[in-house]
Amino acid sequence: MVPKSQILNLYKSLLRESQKFASYNFRSYAVRRVRDAFREFQNMQDPEIIRNKLSEAYKNLEIIKRQALISQMYQSDKLVIENIPRSIKS
Amino acid sequence: MLKSLKTLHRRICQLPIEKVVQASSANIQHFSTEYDKYQIKTEFEGRPLYLDAQATTPMDPRVLDEMLPYMTAQYGNPHSRTHAYGWESEAAVEKARTQVANLIGADPKEIIFTSGATESNNIALKGVARFYGAKKRHIITTQTEHKCVLDSCRALEAEGFNITYLPVQTNGLISLEELDKTITPDTSLVSVMTVNNEIGVTQPITEIGRLCHAKKIFFHTDAAQAVGKIPLNVQTMNIDLMSISGHKVYGPKGVGAIYVRRRPRVRIEAIQSGGGQERGIRSGTVPTPLVVGLGRACEISQQEMKYDHERIEILSKRLLDRIFGELSHVVRNGDQVHSYPGCINLSFAYVEGESLLMALKDVALSSGSACTSASLEPSYVLRAIGADEDLAHSSIRFGIGRFTTEEEVDYTANKCIYHVTRLREMSPLWEMVQEGVDLKTIQWSQH
Repeated sequence: MVPKSQILNLYKSLLRESQKFASYNFRSYAVRRVRDAFREFQNMQDPEIIRNKLSEAYKNLEIIKRQALISQMYQSDKLVIENIPRSIKS
Repeated sequence: MLKSLKTLHRRICQLPIEKVVQASSANIQHFSTEYDKYQIKTEFEGRPLYLDAQATTPMDPRVLDEMLPYMTAQYGNPHSRTHAYGWESEAAVEKARTQVANLIGADPKEIIFTSGATESNNIALKGVARFYGAKKRHIITTQTEHKCVLDSCRALEAEGFNITYLPVQTNGLISLEELDKTITPDTSLVSVMTVNNEIGVTQPITEIGRLCHAKKIFFHTDAAQAVGKIPLNVQTMNIDLMSISGHKVYGPKGVGAIYVRRRPRVRIEAIQSGGGQERGIRSGTVPTPLVVGLGRACEISQQEMKYDHERIEILSKRLLDRIFGELSHVVRNGDQVHSYPGCINLSFAYVEGESLLMALKDVALSSGSACTSASLEPSYVLRAIGADEDLAHSSIRFGIGRFTTEEEVDYTANKCIYHVTRLREMSPLWEMVQEGVDLKTIQWSQH
């Protein structure tokens, strides 16, 4: 059985690294996809599936780290919706 | 002055629409005088939002991650059999072939890599037509196909082939009875696209496949807009040839594939001569990084298909609900049910499409196919579904993809509603419609 703290840690680092995408669309997708994937499997009991999903998640964490870096290296201007101040948004 | 306008504009984009409409009449003066063509950039700050997923899609970071090793360290020619550089590239290409094949239920041996869906369509149409040309000289396609299919057919016509361009019904779908009637013993190939690139309708591929299979005619489908987005299976759908594009499935540009059935074998006359790569059908060194990207993109699409589709459906409904809730005289082109939700083609009556696109500069939209977006002619697809000339001129295609967010959809809907309202306020035709004049009954002065 994988300890809960390990899963929680993985979840947190995935979210933290996803936030580092410079591109708005990739960033929001990564954060949303990570959340949805963990939510989808939160009640999973089958240790085999959990193990598979975890190793997949560790692979994805590495991809996100690398790609977020690339995204920062080749930044473009912010999107028009990113430039709207929060005060006007609400 | 400029600064105050900018803030005003930003405000407007975010206001609830009732307020915008109230305020709009007072502000029209500003817009028409201050926002001339040299200042159009001041309308927004930042890059436009991307809602043109049918033209191309951004490359998924996971795809790029898979490609990078083959663009840096592993540069071997996949056809080099004498050293390890070649072997590792070949292994990568073969893995990609399997990934593409898995997505459409094919055997890896049936996948041939090309430069894109245009080349795949050319190979399918010209290749089959010419190989069987001695016996059969008739080809059937539809009026709403992509330009490259229609143009290949024109080229074949010049070679003496007979081509039938099937008309479509007003919902954009072909009639199966009509197809059945058009098939002759001389017919060698039927080519019908799966998802239309302009109006998003999905043709009854399974039924067409069954019909062609029963009559022993080859069936080709241009699935560039469908692969990875809706479930496709070449076995259950009786598809003999299928065109696939890389950059429509979040993969790289400049790569595609064609599926060619092996049992019963579909034979093809190659268009390109050369080293005989890809079983002689498509000579030329296979571009390892691109092919690896296409393979990975297909694998991701397969894993994410359900997730992506559910999301795109929600976003699509959100956009439609907003626009139809606030605006009248809007027509959705194409069938409502048999369509891919990520492609929404709307016609806003009494608004000129190009002016609306200009006004919506901060959203990347298109009035139709990217290939024809330079011309001001109304789209031939919309004409084929029998849309009125004025409605065909006022159409806009909204393309929603994997990376589109709710925020983007809301912004687009708000801006769209605001500008359609604004442009209509300025239109004398709209005024007449509001007064209850039926425009069709008007006798315009003759000249």
